[in-house]
Amino acid sequence: MTETTAPMMQEQLGKAENRVWKKFRSHRSALLGGILVSFFVLIAVLAPILPIPDPATTSWSAVRKAPSMAHWMGTDEIGRDVMARLIWGAQASLLAGVVSVGIAMCLGVPLGILAGYFGGWTDAIISRCTEALLAAPFLILAIALAAFLGPSLTNAMIAIGISATPIFIRLTRGQVLNVRSEDYVDSARAIGLPTPKILRRYILPNVLPPILVQATLTIATAIIAEASLSFLGLGQQAPAPSWGSMLNTAKNFLNQAPWMAMWPGISIFLVVLGFNLLGDGLRDALDPREH
Amino acid sequence: MLLFLTRRILIALPTIILISIFVFALQKLLPGDPLLVLAGEERDPAVLELLREKYRLNDPIVVQYFTWVSNALQGDLGISLRTNQPVTELMLQKLPVTLQLAAMSMIFALVIGVPAGILSAYKKGSLTDYIANVVALSGLSIPNFWLGIMLILLVSVKWQLLPASGYVPLSEDFLQSIRTMLMPSFVLGTALAATMMRHTRSAMLGVLSADYVRTARAKGLTERRVVLKHAFRNALTPIVTLTALLFGELVAGAVLTEQIFTIPGFGKMVVDAVFNRDYAVVQGIVLVTAVGFIFMNLVADALYFILNPRLRGQ
Repeated sequence: MTETTAPMMQEQLGKAENRVWKKFRSHRSALLGGILVSFFVLIAVLAPILPIPDPATTSWSAVRKAPSMAHWMGTDEIGRDVMARLIWGAQASLLAGVVSVGIAMCLGVPLGILAGYFGGWTDAIISRCTEALLAAPFLILAIALAAFLGPSLTNAMIAIGISATPIFIRLTRGQVLNVRSEDYVDSARAIGLPTPKILRRYILPNVLPPILVQATLTIATAIIAEASLSFLGLGQQAPAPSWGSMLNTAKNFLNQAPWMAMWPGISIFLVVLGFNLLGDGLRDALDPREH
Repeated sequence: MLLFLTRRILIALPTIILISIFVFALQKLLPGDPLLVLAGEERDPAVLELLREKYRLNDPIVVQYFTWVSNALQGDLGISLRTNQPVTELMLQKLPVTLQLAAMSMIFALVIGVPAGILSAYKKGSLTDYIANVVALSGLSIPNFWLGIMLILLVSVKWQLLPASGYVPLSEDFLQSIRTMLMPSFVLGTALAATMMRHTRSAMLGVLSADYVRTARAKGLTERRVVLKHAFRNALTPIVTLTALLFGELVAGAVLTEQIFTIPGFGKMVVDAVFNRDYAVVQGIVLVTAVGFIFMNLVADALYFILNPRLRGQ
């Protein structure tokens, strides 16, 4: 890149970023999604310093108490504060969402780039494996993997991460196929840049936007998957709180303590809705056809 | 058509082979000896050796794989460690239950999702469109097991309108069977309806601005006829193929729905198998659902071929 073209490109890049941000800001539902996600991230991060009771402290004098001034969201079957468990449970849910999507991206993006850029046998092998993994329904695969790995939050995150990997391989591969024949990639090859550098500097940055959109939407799916696994007893283990395991216990006390089931469900719904709105908004903002 | 399908089957074959390797590897990667579950408390080395011989676990891994595959091809997916019944027999017993749940859920999904999608596309940008989109996104964001719990609380516990759990076979008492399945299939159907609505909307948006729709309007046809006959019929292809492709979501959704409503189907069987460490059953279900999904993909391709006259002409 020459010295005169560099500032021009910087300026154009700045303009594009500005346009995307403006578009995103004007997307009211995406902003609502951002607010919802930020709220849950904030309470999850601040959980240790918030003035709430210990989520594991039981109280036999406060078993299944309805919401009151002392316990805003009521108490559970062994007298633990539901709100405290909900706030600490947000940590497990968000962590599971982000870590499992992180695993899926770390595995899926490089494999997708390899398949798309090199084509031939590399592509054939990676693509067939991707199709095989995609054939097993996402939750069934996650349940099977979690079962074989053993029940724990870490294993649930690994299971969800592996199950979500093929989505990223396929998406990245498709994007790379679009980008690899672009003039700037041809030029990079023509001036003799080594392949790893071409992949890192020219391919990856150009395929990243749709992958980020997909990542946001997959976090929503991963949070539901973690809640489902914990609900089935394959995720977060007692006494550590998680929204899914709270619902699992709550279903046994529906008649006596319906609030136990209400709050975790509403929380899952709101955070998942937040990520879905955010993902939809990002997709619209980053879609060049919309400009 | 035959050539098209043969090509698709040939493409699907390597995928099926890979799935079988993956499912087989699942058990082999398992830490510990699965025979310890079978041998029970005693764990006598002689008994273990005998079992190892019986299940041919001393054979090289490649031989074990080929034995497993050839048995699977003949419908033998092994023996359930818990019930001692053949896995295939167990699955066949549970299949009608899940099929009924799946069929009723699909009816809910189609009845809610398709009209909502048509209306939303026809009134694009209006309040109706906005509400339909919000409802669809909410449908995708609600965990269906929570929706199930809330419905049990309201419909069964508070209002006592429908049974909260259980299953009555269709052949035993038709009406009671439908009543028992109504709530679970609604729960499973709503999530699918949301997907269906979004796809119908986007397919309809594509055709509503097409020239032949404008011509139909110019001819003076009623809006109802324009939308339903000229536009919807052309938007039908992606909707029909999507219906076939929703199979995966249907099976995965059934796992949790059957668990909540204590329905003795495929989904409940996989969860029970997981907790009983009945790996042959887990393997069998993963294999069968994956192959089922590929089969549904083929059905989707075939439907696409049949419904799309341009493809047939080639």
